[in-house]
Amino acid sequence: MDSFLIITSLLKIVAILFLILSMVSYAVYAERRVSAFIQDRLGPNRVGPAGLFQPIADMFKLLLKEDFTPRNVNTFYYWLAPCLAVMPAIITIAVVPFGSTLFGVPMVIADVNVGILFVFAIASLGVYGIVLAGWASNSKYPFLGGIRSSSQMISYELSLGLAVIPIFLLVGNLRLTSVVRYQIEHGWFIAPFIGDWTNPWKWLLTIPMIISFIVFAIAIFAETNRLPFDLPEAEQELAGGYNTEYSSMKFALFFLGEYAAMITGSAIMVTLFFGGWHFPGIPDGSRGWVFGLINIAVFFAKVAALIFVFMWVRWTLPRFRYDQLMRLGWLFFFEIALVNIFIVAAILSLAH
Amino acid sequence: MPPFLFWTFALLMLIFGGAVIVNRNPVASALSLVVSFLGLAALFMSLDAYFVGIIQVLVYAGAVMVLFLFIIMLLNLRVEEQRQINWLAAAGGIAVALILLIQIFFVVGHFQAARQTFPALARSTTDDVWNIGALLFSNYNLPFQIIGVLVLVATIGVVLLSRRERR
Repeated sequence: MDSFLIITSLLKIVAILFLILSMVSYAVYAERRVSAFIQDRLGPNRVGPAGLFQPIADMFKLLLKEDFTPRNVNTFYYWLAPCLAVMPAIITIAVVPFGSTLFGVPMVIADVNVGILFVFAIASLGVYGIVLAGWASNSKYPFLGGIRSSSQMISYELSLGLAVIPIFLLVGNLRLTSVVRYQIEHGWFIAPFIGDWTNPWKWLLTIPMIISFIVFAIAIFAETNRLPFDLPEAEQELAGGYNTEYSSMKFALFFLGEYAAMITGSAIMVTLFFGGWHFPGIPDGSRGWVFGLINIAVFFAKVAALIFVFMWVRWTLPRFRYDQLMRLGWLFFFEIALVNIFIVAAILSLAH
Repeated sequence: MPPFLFWTFALLMLIFGGAVIVNRNPVASALSLVVSFLGLAALFMSLDAYFVGIIQVLVYAGAVMVLFLFIIMLLNLRVEEQRQINWLAAAGGIAVALILLIQIFFVVGHFQAARQTFPALARSTTDDVWNIGALLFSNYNLPFQIIGVLVLVATIGVVLLSRRERR
């Protein structure tokens, strides 16, 4: 443990935390603008140029609202739940490589050798916040929302875990930095144009990779409770779901958690399928700090593009029915992901 | 790992492990158990066993305890909280725990190899995930497959038991 490592890690943690939190507030603004654009409206455009200061106004509005605690709630857990809803989404980003190197320092907070398992483990803790919120509110609709959410998240965790196995069959270890390095050498998993692109086996492997990506992306939608899978907070059925009894900043924390989960979900998708911080033709940070900064910018540009897709889907598709959602998860995506693993394993054993 | 981290996580584990038993509210007990599991995972990681540690979080804290919580929340907690402590059962439990503790002290005290300080282990050149996988699929291949069949049978049994009879 040398002090250099500690100082650079602290700097990275502070920078990433600041970046994620500001991305969350602008994701809310972007959501409102994108939804308005899709529905042929204008959206918030009054505060500052093109409404760019709207997040600040939103923040003050939420902070100044009355923080009301209903009488019959279980107070300790009622307070604990919003904190638990935010933390996992932010902790997950610790293992995601968000850039190559900057002044020789690798741009990942903790490059652990169980990277993807860490992501799943911490993400699976996210369900506690929602379940506790539903239970501690001591109210009918939040409770139903909490129950829906926990069964939904447990069900889709299976597809999520199985969908990434083909990638790690190819890469050979569980580090997320190795996934990025593999994609730099052999091309992005869903578009392997660079590297040995004349190899027919590689193109054959692209088909199961795309299946993998589709299953993974849909499971991420279900895990983050985004439409078309936002059954835990279906306003028309549950009067808002698990966050009905919350107000002011505690309500905002649930919102923050949802958007942070969306951002980390996009970041993981970028790392696993879209080559992480790599872009063809741009060298990594060892050639100079300018390229290091460009790598980071490329990574966050990809994340922003995926967040836009999240919003696009939300304002385009209607909501599923709950039994349809469960049947889809257990009887369709689970099997597809399982068969996909065998296909990739067969291709790999034939190719060698 | 610095010793103070070991003591932090060990104490965390013990305190919340005690809280599982002492708490009258089942939800509080379940959540204490989750914190205790997280402390155990941290201790595994301090031994460089990242895989075992993270599986501890993923399986026990993330999946098993969520299902526990799920069931507990459907109980009537007021009834559970008012249940009286059965002092005879508590005394029996404490006695069993004490006997186990004395046994451990006795065995460890008479085990010669435990008295010397071990030299630091050489750092493994391969991943611990890789090591565990290689061990499971070479030396312990048959037991591994038997456990797989056992789990499958249990799953099918649960599905069969929970299926509603259609008439």
